[in-house]
Amino acid sequence: MALLEVRGLYKQFGGLKALAGVEFDVEEGQAHAVIGPNGAGKSTLFNCINGICRADRGSIRFKGKDIAGLAPHKIPKIGIARTFQNVELFRNATVLNNILLGRYMHKRTSLLSESLFLPSVKKQELEARRKVEEVMDFLDLQAYRDRMVAELPFGIQKSVELARALALEPELLLLDEPSSGLNPEETQDLCFWIEDIKEELGITILLVEHDMRVVTDVAERATALDFGAVIADGTTEEVQRNPEVIRAFLGEED
Amino acid sequence: MRFKLKKTYMEDIKLFPYKTDMVWYGLLLMLLVFFPLVAGHYWTYNLTLAGIYCIVALGLNILTGYTGQISLGHAAFFAVGAYSVGYLTTILGWSYWIALPLAGFSAAASGLVVAVPALRLSGLYLAIATMGFGFIMEQVIVQWKSVTGGANGLLINRPSVGSWSLSSDSEYYYLVVLMVAVFVLLTKNLTRSPTGRAFVAVRDSEVAAQTMGIPLARVKVQAFAVSAFYTGIAGGLFAPLINFIGPDNFSIVESINFIVMIIVGGLGSIHGSIFGAVFITLLSEFIRVSKDLIPAFLREQVGFQTAVYGLVLMLFILFEPTGIYGRWLKLKYLVQVFPLYRKDTFRRVRRFQRSERTR
Repeated sequence: MALLEVRGLYKQFGGLKALAGVEFDVEEGQAHAVIGPNGAGKSTLFNCINGICRADRGSIRFKGKDIAGLAPHKIPKIGIARTFQNVELFRNATVLNNILLGRYMHKRTSLLSESLFLPSVKKQELEARRKVEEVMDFLDLQAYRDRMVAELPFGIQKSVELARALALEPELLLLDEPSSGLNPEETQDLCFWIEDIKEELGITILLVEHDMRVVTDVAERATALDFGAVIADGTTEEVQRNPEVIRAFLGEED
Repeated sequence: MRFKLKKTYMEDIKLFPYKTDMVWYGLLLMLLVFFPLVAGHYWTYNLTLAGIYCIVALGLNILTGYTGQISLGHAAFFAVGAYSVGYLTTILGWSYWIALPLAGFSAAASGLVVAVPALRLSGLYLAIATMGFGFIMEQVIVQWKSVTGGANGLLINRPSVGSWSLSSDSEYYYLVVLMVAVFVLLTKNLTRSPTGRAFVAVRDSEVAAQTMGIPLARVKVQAFAVSAFYTGIAGGLFAPLINFIGPDNFSIVESINFIVMIIVGGLGSIHGSIFGAVFITLLSEFIRVSKDLIPAFLREQVGFQTAVYGLVLMLFILFEPTGIYGRWLKLKYLVQVFPLYRKDTFRRVRRFQRSERTR
């Protein structure tokens, strides 16, 4: 059984068919890329998995359980974290507080005990910081620990977002165009990190990506979408060589 | 310039990151303790009032500054607190010390009532809805005569501990100072724990907050309830201070006053709440004292004081949107890095200069 199984997913916005029967599997422990030209439905697919938008039809099974239609705040609890294409950080908070929010759903204290800052809250805060420190070490964010997010360069903001998602301790990580807006050096770092997240932390990765070098670098399998439908699915090399995919990306020869 | 090298996680959490802070807050506390002995009746009374408004400002800042949900109806929660104390002590004859917490809880309950329909609203629409709640409450006060005394108002006595009555202004002042300290601590605790961070998360990005597993509806309702609780307690302290409450004390002007306090003081900060509340309360005293200096045709004008408030608010929004606390931080920075501070150090980057990808 695959970790994530998407079956017959449909989503329509007015007259636009964003997803028209998307089907694919994400195997545990792999990095799986979703590619496709602009408007192919990649982000909609992510939003459906993530619960931000609700699919019209079809099923999304995570570890055998149907998660389509679950409220977005319940998705991280079952082990799915995500990042956004144009970073969605809490801009007027420090890097530390942003990543600490990744620990929110692990909290065991109530509003009252937090107002009184009981020893249990203190203990939990220390614990959360230890976990956050690991993530910050992993992504080289120590230097920015107490800085405001809004004043950081874009590349760092992307790392902070990745760190925040990792602090959730997910089993499946959705990365929406992780390399967009990064310079070649940062992109290289990102590839190493994705590799490490997969190998060391054992987190399965599903990523939407435009940069084909990143895709071939990190992903074992790929699914190509065009106009909301799957046009190719297989290993990354297979998908890249697929004539349908080449046609969708480059257009047809006259 | 001082630089803090953090060696343990405790240094993130503790209340006073620097030892010198303790000295300053200690001095402030001493000043507050000795204030009524030197300042006299009139200024003690005004500082007590400012203290009560500090609690309101803290509560409103939790809702508006931290969670980003505007409220133009906080006078209603203030009223619920005040009338709860009034009804329970004057009409039912209960002890003030039971009535005061109940005032907070009844205000929190009314906060829940407002929060549930308000969940789907934001920005201007939320402002209008909460304002509507304020108007409804004003009518309820006038009509529900058996509880509120209607337009005739309600007389409330100062509380007492055993046989010792806090009837003098300076005794009541100490009670309020104690309560302000307690609520500052509560707010500080809240902001350094997960729920407080969730408030900020909801303010900055609802989508991202949800992907962190934060239930938006629940967190917003919590913010409303906590905010209303603070305001209710403040109302419960307000009623015995002025001894007599009527519908006029809780009009829309009062709600706007509260908003002015937190904007002038600084949104989303505890210091800002305190600065704003004290500044605005003392401003009205300042206007009263300096009336002789103002030309007669101006000072006789109806709504002169409200106009000054409006002017202050406008000036702050134009020139110092971060409020008094923001200005205070800048001054501190200027002293710390003395020769290096430049005119443009804190200049906001203009929108068109900012690259598109950072929005």
